[in-house]
Amino acid sequence: MLLALTGLGLGALYFLIASGLSLIFGLADVLNFAHGLFLAVGAYGTWWSSAHLGLGFVPAVVFGVVAGTATAVLVEMLLIRPLYRRTIEQVLVTVGLSLAGVALLQAGFGADPLTFPRPEWATGTTRVLGAIVPNDRFLLIGAAVVVLVAIQVFLRRTRFGLIVRAGVEDRTMVTALGINVRTAFTLVFAIGGAAAALAGALAGVYFGNVSPGQGTSLLIFAFIVVVIGGMGSVTGSAVAAVLVGLVQQFTSFYAAAGVGEASVVLLLAVVLLARPGGLAGRSA
Amino acid sequence: MTPLLEIADLHVRIGSSHILQGVGFAVAPQGVTAVLGRNGAGKTTTLKAVLGIVPKTGTVRLDGEEIGGLPTHAIVRRGLGYAPEDRNVFAGLTVTENLRLAERGRGPHRYDLVYEMFPELRQRGAQRAGTLSGGQQQMVAIGRTLLNDNRMLLVDEPTKGLAPKIVTEVADVLERAAREVPILLVEQNLALVRRIADHVVVIEQGIVVHTGEADSLLSDPDLTRELLGVA
Repeated sequence: MLLALTGLGLGALYFLIASGLSLIFGLADVLNFAHGLFLAVGAYGTWWSSAHLGLGFVPAVVFGVVAGTATAVLVEMLLIRPLYRRTIEQVLVTVGLSLAGVALLQAGFGADPLTFPRPEWATGTTRVLGAIVPNDRFLLIGAAVVVLVAIQVFLRRTRFGLIVRAGVEDRTMVTALGINVRTAFTLVFAIGGAAAALAGALAGVYFGNVSPGQGTSLLIFAFIVVVIGGMGSVTGSAVAAVLVGLVQQFTSFYAAAGVGEASVVLLLAVVLLARPGGLAGRSA
Repeated sequence: MTPLLEIADLHVRIGSSHILQGVGFAVAPQGVTAVLGRNGAGKTTTLKAVLGIVPKTGTVRLDGEEIGGLPTHAIVRRGLGYAPEDRNVFAGLTVTENLRLAERGRGPHRYDLVYEMFPELRQRGAQRAGTLSGGQQQMVAIGRTLLNDNRMLLVDEPTKGLAPKIVTEVADVLERAAREVPILLVEQNLALVRRIADHVVVIEQGIVVHTGEADSLLSDPDLTRELLGVA
């Protein structure tokens, strides 16, 4: 039970990062390697506002999420927008930004991990079917479920959500209906940035610390989740995140630590061989 | 009669292909103007160039206003409705969602007209558009253009791949729609063109080689054979 809930917690983290990546790629065809920066800004924003402004955990997370969202919107407007349809330049810019972001965080906060402010209740445990489970797992799973439901409500119940779903299928036809799809691009960057920043704050709770390279290492697994789930599919990302989290956790426990990561890559290969478009194909 | 749409010296290059090589013609403010030509002549590309879907040079004027430099969404918002060659309905969205997506501005949106012309769309509102037949998808594609108060419809091969019965229904709808809004129609089906078109523009290898009344071209078998390869 502990392994399953820890795997689900890890999967929840991956989902929070992957959901935005998937939407951004699905709609705007942007492979955003700078997504880890949004996560890091969320994590450091939460840490900084707690340490220097004295905010409690929830207001500090809100601060971190707002900072991550603002960063995502700025990155889209200033760096990505001039480069739509120029894939190679996009990759270069987002990879460069990711590296520069890590360097900036190191310059500002140091290279060593910082102890993350964890709320009292998140450090406790709960007994589930005989297993003693750290409470932060429930926090991660709960947050991922709330984000999944919120994104689905946005996609299914709002006009912008309708535009995003249609844009993932056929962006050109959306513009041919008189819709400025660029506004939707900014919106999905904002949503993706917010979810990644929340993941950053929750990763701090999960790992107990925050470090400049945390976003980059989590991003690799998030990309794997996006590919397994199907580029552009939030639901596919959710299913894939659960699979990846569980496989990684169980294989790490029953085999060896490095085997967990290798088994995730193996899972990716198996899914791609069986379903080259991922579990859900290309639909939001 | 002052034309509603004027196209001049339109060039489109995609890769090393020079697809449109100075296309120019005018579209009357009423009735149906059909763009004809052999496969690969540049008919569909002309519509896409007017809408800014493909990069182009040249001028496009709508009611005297130069719209050639505007992005696609802004051109469409000037009052151009577009039904593309392959319908391009959003397969994962329902019929109702496809129509809702096409709503522009605050309306009113003419659902009554759309559902009167295509009652089936109301019945199939909750069905995913990807599961519709080709004819039903064409209803959605044309329905989207009729929903708004457009100044002109650009309709690309609406009968392509449809059963004869459905072709007749589509022709009825276009004939009726043309009474309210001018249509620029790309079509290979000469029987349909004969029935509903007032004017024709013939394009060959990216150049306009003939413009005039539809009747005068289609009643002349020699000219039709020479320009279109069929009689």
